[in-house]
This record gives sequence, C-alpha cells and structure tokens, in this order.
Amino acid sequence: MSLLWIPLLTIAGIFVPVIAARYGRKACITATLIAPLLALGLVLLHAPSVIAGDVVSLQIPWMPLLGLDLALRIDGLTLLFSLLILGIGSLILLYAGHYLSAKEDDGRFLAYMMLFMTAMLGIAMADNLILLWLFWELTSISSFLLIGFWGHRSDARRGARMALTVTGAGGLALLAGVLLIGQAVGSFAMADVLASGDLIRGSANYPLILALVLFGAFTKSAQFPFHFWLPHAMAAPTPVSAFLHSATMVKAGVLLMARLNPALGDTALWAVSLSLVGLATMLYAAWFALLERDLKGILAFSTVSHLGLITLLLGLGSPLAIVAAVFHILNHATFKAALFMMVGIIDHETGTRDIDRLGALWSMMPLTGTMTILAGSAMAGFPPFNGFLSKEMLFEQSLINDLLGALSLVIPLLVVVAAMLSVAYSLRLIWSLFFAEPKLTREQKAQPPMKVHDPARGMLAPGLFLAAMSLLVGLFPMTLASPLLNAASLAVQGETTPVFHLALWHGLNLPLAMSLVAVAGGIMVLRQQRYMARIASLFPERNAGLIFEAAVQRLIKWALWLTLRLENGSLQRYQALLILSALVMAAIGLAHLDSLTGERGLQPLDGMLFLGAGLMVFGAIGSALSHRWRLVSLLMLSVTGLSVSLTFVRFSAPDLALTQLSVEVASMILMILALFFLPQRPPLLVSGRRILRDLLLAVSLGLVVAVLNYAILTRETLTIADYFLRESVPGGGGTNVVNVILVDFRGFDTFGEITVLTLAGLATFKLLNRLRLFMPSGNIEGIRWSRHRYPLILSVVAQILLPLALLVSVYIFLRGHNQPGGGFIAGLITATALLLQYMARGYDWTRERLPLNYSIVAVSGLAVALATGLGSWLFGYPFLTSAFGHFHLPLIGEFELATAMLFDIGVYLAVVGAVLMILINLGRVTTVNRPTLEER
Amino acid sequence: MEALFSIVVGVLTASGIYLLLRGRTFPVIIGLALLGYAVNLFLFSTGGLNTHAAAVIGESLTPTDPLPQALVLTAIVIGFAMTAFVVILAIRARGDLGSDHVDGQQGEEGDIPR
Repeated sequence: MSLLWIPLLTIAGIFVPVIAARYGRKACITATLIAPLLALGLVLLHAPSVIAGDVVSLQIPWMPLLGLDLALRIDGLTLLFSLLILGIGSLILLYAGHYLSAKEDDGRFLAYMMLFMTAMLGIAMADNLILLWLFWELTSISSFLLIGFWGHRSDARRGARMALTVTGAGGLALLAGVLLIGQAVGSFAMADVLASGDLIRGSANYPLILALVLFGAFTKSAQFPFHFWLPHAMAAPTPVSAFLHSATMVKAGVLLMARLNPALGDTALWAVSLSLVGLATMLYAAWFALLERDLKGILAFSTVSHLGLITLLLGLGSPLAIVAAVFHILNHATFKAALFMMVGIIDHETGTRDIDRLGALWSMMPLTGTMTILAGSAMAGFPPFNGFLSKEMLFEQSLINDLLGALSLVIPLLVVVAAMLSVAYSLRLIWSLFFAEPKLTREQKAQPPMKVHDPARGMLAPGLFLAAMSLLVGLFPMTLASPLLNAASLAVQGETTPVFHLALWHGLNLPLAMSLVAVAGGIMVLRQQRYMARIASLFPERNAGLIFEAAVQRLIKWALWLTLRLENGSLQRYQALLILSALVMAAIGLAHLDSLTGERGLQPLDGMLFLGAGLMVFGAIGSALSHRWRLVSLLMLSVTGLSVSLTFVRFSAPDLALTQLSVEVASMILMILALFFLPQRPPLLVSGRRILRDLLLAVSLGLVVAVLNYAILTRETLTIADYFLRESVPGGGGTNVVNVILVDFRGFDTFGEITVLTLAGLATFKLLNRLRLFMPSGNIEGIRWSRHRYPLILSVVAQILLPLALLVSVYIFLRGHNQPGGGFIAGLITATALLLQYMARGYDWTRERLPLNYSIVAVSGLAVALATGLGSWLFGYPFLTSAFGHFHLPLIGEFELATAMLFDIGVYLAVVGAVLMILINLGRVTTVNRPTLEER
Repeated sequence: MEALFSIVVGVLTASGIYLLLRGRTFPVIIGLALLGYAVNLFLFSTGGLNTHAAAVIGESLTPTDPLPQALVLTAIVIGFAMTAFVVILAIRARGDLGSDHVDGQQGEEGDIPR
C-alpha cells in the first residue's frame, strides 16, 4: 500500500504551496519540500529489495473494462528516475526559493512544479500502459504551465505553445501506439506487455506501433527533427529549465524507450531508427550548441545532444550499451541540473545571459566558477568525472556495433566528432565565462564594469552539491552507482543481468585513444572558433520558432478558409450538405449488400393497394410541385396524411391509424393558422441550377431510401416481438400489446415523450409572447376576409359534437389497454373536439365557458405520470413498475384496474394540454387577446 | 407489394427532401411533415407488412410485431409537437425579421401581404 502513498504525497504537495504562500517565501519552500522528501524516503524504503532484483508492484482495479488499472511499480528503472525526480526536484525547489524575485507568485510556481513532479513520477511508476499515457499527457500540460509561467512575455507564451503542440502531438501518437500494443497483447498491464515482446514484434502492426511510440518518445525527448521546441522552452524561469531539461520532461521519452525496450526492442528496425536518430541529434545539436550565444541556449542544445547520445546507446542495444545509457541518464541529470543552476545564478547576478558580454568572472565568483568547472568537465567527459565513464562506455560500445554492416565504422567516427564538439562547447562555457575577457562593443565598454559576487549560500548549495556528486560518482562509481545501474538495466533488458565493471582506468585501449582525440580535437575546434562562425554564416539562418509560427498561421488560415466555405450562413446549403453526406453514407452501406431482394417471398398486390399508393404518390408529388400555391400544397399534404392513416389500417396497426388520423386533423388546423400569417404567394427567385441540384439530391435520397426499405422488407428480421406478445397479459395486464408497451414495458420512454410534447407547448407560448404581426385583412387576390367569423352552422354542430366526442374519447381511453385506443388517441380526440369550439365560437366565447389553463393541464399530466412511476418506489419496486388487479362491480361486471391506467391518464392530460396550448396560443394571435408575459 | 410500398416511401422521402431544401419556411414545414410520414412508414414496415394481424392478444393467431408500432405511435405525436414548434418559430421569425426566408434575409418586395 505504501506505493500508493508516493504519488498521493506529491499530489498533496501540489496544494501545500498554494496554502503556505501567505506565510512568506521561506515557510512556503520548507512546507513544500516536506512532501517530495517524504516520498523520496518511501522510495528509498523499497530500494534494498529493488536492488536485489525484485519488482514491487501494486494493482488496484480502476476501469477494468477499459483495461485501465491504478497499477504502480518500483523496479530498477523507476528507482533511478524517482531518485532523479524527487532528489533533484527537491534541490531545485530549494534553489527556486532564491531565484524567484520577491514579487513573483511563488505559490503558483511551486504548485506547478509539484504537479509536474507528480506527473513525471507517475510515468516512472506506472505499471499500466494507459496510466503511463495519462501521466505522459499530464507532463505535457504541466510543462506548458511551467514554460509559460511568465505569461506576460510573448516568447514564453510562444515557447509554451510550441512545446505543448509538439509534445501533445507526440502524446496522441503514443496513445494510438499504446492502444495497438494493447490490441496485440490483449492487456495493458506492464508486466503482460513486457513479457509479450515476441507477440508484439511478430504482429503485423509492429512497424506502425514502433513508429507511433517512437514519434511520442522523440518529440518528448527533443530528438531530431522534433528538437526545435526545446531551445524555445528556455523562455521558462531557470529552475524550470533545470528541472525539465536535465532530469525529467525530456528524459520521459528516453524513459519510455528504455521501459518498452523488452517489448519493442531487439529488432533491426528499432536498432537502426534509434541509433541513426540519436546520432543525428547528437551531432546536429552539438554543432548548434557551439554557435549559440545565449547561455541557456547552449545548455538547451547540449541537452538535445546528450539525449541523442542516450537514444543512440539504447539503439546499440548491447547489454553494456544499456548500462551506459542508464548511467548517462543519471550523469547527465546531475551535471546538467548544476549547469542550469549556474546559468540562473549568473543571470540573476549580472542581468545577462549573453556569453559574449560576460567574462573574467572567476575573481568575482569563485564558488560559481568551481561549480561550473566541475559540472562542465563532467559534460565534456573529462576524467575523473562521471561523464567520462559513460562516454568511454559509449566509445567502446560504438566500436563493436554491426548495425550498418560494412559501414558500421561510421558510427564510432561520428561519435568521436560529436564528443569533440561537446568538449569544445563545454570548454567554451568555462573559458569564456570565467577566464576570457568579455567581447564588448564600444558602447558597452563605455559603461562601468559589472560588480558581481557569488550569490547566497542557499542558491549555491544545490548546484555545488550536484557538481560534487558528478565528481564523486566519477571517482567511486562501483560504490555509488553500480547497484542502482545494475537494477535499472535489469529492468530495461528484461532477463539477463550484464556483468560490468566501472572504473576510470581500463588500460591503454582504443576508447581511451578516442577520448584523447576528442579532447585534443575539441580544444582545436575552440581555438578556431571564428572559422566555425564563418562556416555557419554560409548557411541561411533558420529560426525554428518563426517556421513553426508560420506553419501555425497557415493552418489557422486554412481552417478559416474551410470554415467560411462550409459555413456561409445559408441554412439551405447546410441542409444540402447534410443530406449529401447522409446519401453518401447510406449508399456506401447499400453497396456492400450482395443482392437487392432478400430471401423472404413477396406478397401479392391488389387494387386497393394501387389506389392507396397512387393517392400517396399524387399527394406527395403534388404538394412538392405546388409549393408556391400554399393552400393547394397543404391540401395535397393532407391527402397523403390520410392515406398514410389508411395504410396503417391495412397493415394491422389500428392504434397507429387512429393516432395518425387525429394528429392529421390537429396538424392541418395548425398549418392553416400558420398560413394566415405567412405570405401566401412567395416570389419566384430561384435559379434553375438550384432546382436541378435539389431535385438530384431529393431523387437520389428517395431512391436510396426505397432500396433500403425494399431490402429490409424482403429479408427475415430478428425481432423481440415474442417477448412482448408473451408477457403482455401476464406482465402488463392488457391485451393491446402496443398500448401495454407504451404505458408499461417502455413507460419510461413514453414519459420522456410526453415531456417533450409539453415542452414544445410551453415553448410556443414563450415564442408567441408579445409577437407583433401584420394582421392580413384579405387574401392574395385582394378579396377581404369575411366579417362573419363564426358561421352559425359550424357553431351549432360543434356544440352538439362536443359531448359526443368527449364520450368517444372516454370510451377510447378506457378500452385502450385491451383494444386499440389509449391515452394518446383519447387525448388527441378530446383536444380536437375542444378546438372545434374555439374555431366555431372564438377564443373569448369559449374561454368564458371553459376557463382552463392548458399549460397547467399539460404539466399536471406530467405530474400524474411521474407520481405513478414514483409510486412503485413506495412498494419497493423500480421506477414505473406496474401492478394490476381484477375487480367486480355489480351492473358493470368484471373489470380490471391497472396502475398503467393511471399513467395513461397522465399521458392523456399531457396530450390534451400540450396540443391545446399550441393551437390556442397560435389562434389567440389572431384576436385581440394576444398572449403577453403578464397573463398565463 | 413490398416493391410498391418501398416506392411510395421513396417518393414521400424525395418530395419531402425537395421541399426541405426550399428557401421559404412554409414549404420546409410541409417537407418536414412529408419526411415524417416517410420515416414513420419506414420504421413501421420494419415490423413486416401483415394483414389481419393486429397485435391484440386473442384477435389473431399470428400477431404482427408490436414494437415498431409503439415506436411509431409516439413518433407521430412527437412529430406533431416538432411541426408545431417549427410553425411557431417560422411565424416568430416572420414577425421579427419581416421575411419568411429560412436564412432570415430581410424581406423582399411582395413579401408582406396586404
């Protein structure tokens, strides 16, 4: 369980500085340090067993269906990285307390640092690939926050955005890679993945997996050609750079490659891609480190170069190369963190990071100078520093490689060249800063010389400690590093533990000679530096930042162009595009169908069918053709609607027929009312092209739908009808299965539907509120509307019809559970009957006699339905469970009562209320009683 | 018969879509209604086209599939609610914009009835 405490502690540590910030800088730093130090202690508790070769792990199921577990592990690799993250992290927090100026928001800064620390620790500890990816993304986001900490500076914002874009893209690729690995292995658990190396390497997707994972790793670790974000990330405060670019962020990519080495490594593809990319990065970045003038820029490029070195070692893949890679991860973190701290100190004391303006600082800053000499020598690979040991191992391993066949010799040669450049830029750093005179321009010389001194002890101590460590590790490698390296390389290699001996002196051999050549060459390069500058000036200057920014701008411009093309504000065009895409997708689906006609036999035709079909086709085409003669079009529509209702009668759907019929009546009244307010004869302003386009779209979609329908009709379908038919009487207590489904089996759906209906009703009320419309006084031909609004015959008939219609609707309602009918249909009939009164007598007359508020009717219907559903909770059943029983009353006889009936009453009320709400409100617009907000 | 039914559904769809693509609100409303018929018939037909087979227990030995019917029944009512909403929206747009064009273009000559 103690494993879980490690990330939990650092997570808790995120909140500490936010709270502690108000108690002053010192208290804040001290309080923040508690969590990482405790976590470090916990990690160290596990160190003995891990060094003995064990893997400590913890599995807590999280989302087992997705293969995501809260799984943590500590093996050698985790141990190494946890020490770096928590150890160097704590030193940097200490340093940051002195670095940040007094007015800086230290609470926020430290919280971001802790967030980043948590994310990084998560990558190292994750025992599940998806979990690892989650933490990976978290490092991208938290590094974005850290790099952009000085958000008021545009270079910080740009650098942060670039880092996020590049590493974020890598993260997405990694996710794809991880998913593919999971597909190949059948599990995301790290142990399973690492044990299934052969399975992954054998799968057809292996090249794709490798490409995706390596894309993620290379972008994170700033490998060529994705290195460009790292120098721009130097806009961050220096403690951030010291942490992100020495021990953590950029090491995440290397960590990933090391971690997945047992699963993905050991193939020619892996070896060649890693070594060549590593080698290219190493050389390219070392060259630019030599040319750079900004101190942080030099360190940034040298970081890229050293990451290339580690990648190359992982690519070489021999047991000792792996040991060297792990060793160099440790060494580089140590000396590079110290060097970044040094740059921070110099920037802090002198106010500049320009190497040409600085010089001869040795007499003024001896302690900083000592620190630089120690760490810089380690970076150059001088004995007796730790960098020498890992570089020697690289020389040795590069000599025995056989990656490129007969050309394999190229690798050690190029490695020596890179080492030469590395010596040159390291020496340049030490020499120019502390011993050479600054190269000042005339104006700068006119200013008084800088008066600087070593900083406070707290700012120096962390860097000096790390610089001393690089010396001590170099002197006593077997005591200080060997056990850790042994455990870590065991984790990277999988099975075999390599036997190795770390020592400064291996006798006179080829690697030593290579070291000597590198040192001599490096000094020569440095002495001829002006030639280097001249060579560099032959090439056009390329600013990766500008190129990236231009690409981003191009992307935005292109997206804007596309958006404008698609979204020109014309709903008609959107509609056409929507229909077109539906058409394409349906057509693609149909193209996969083998034959049009299925196996089910066709049924015979008869005259009635032809007549019905003819009516519908006539109505449909008629209403489309006559759409400018709106009333005609509407009448044509009603022909189709009524024929649809007859179709339902023919094909055994009496409930549907009744519903369609009553809805048809209500819709017709609605649309005729609408016609009153809309122009009756619109102008013809349409081009032939538009009509042709629409016709083509309409006809093709119609064709596709017809084909689809035919294909379905002629095939046997799987149905769950049997369940409903079987359970209707015993389960729902009704013989009309359609109604039982509505009010019982699928009652919850019905509840949703009457809610929508009621909402539509309420919405119409709001929409018509205070609407000012022209009241047309006549029709299009100029004939005035009749002043006899309420014809006598209609009023009389309507009055006679009302009780009859209400009686019918009660009858339809009551029999609904067993015979065609039910709440929906009864509600529609009632609504139509009431509507007739309004039409025949007008709003005022009817309202006087029937003072009903229909929104209340509709809402109370909903309430009844809801209460019925909730009622079943009282009896301990799930929502909307129905119950029924048979009762006997004298005179009437045996009858049945079901709770479903109560629910149906709710449906009935909601339908009546909603339909009348819609129609009456619209009708009222024609009268003086226009709806207003005050009256409801 | 299946072919005839499909053709009718296809024609209803085509007419509905054509009207849906018009520039004025009223044809769009009619188009929606037509498309609604087509969709309802289509869904209904997935239960099979059976005669004298109402899904009432005891009426028929081989009752038809009641589930599509239940779905279509609510679809008809919801369809009405949606039509009503669109109608009111069209009227409101007319009132506020003085035009019945779907894009809300300001009214042209002859738009406003006398």
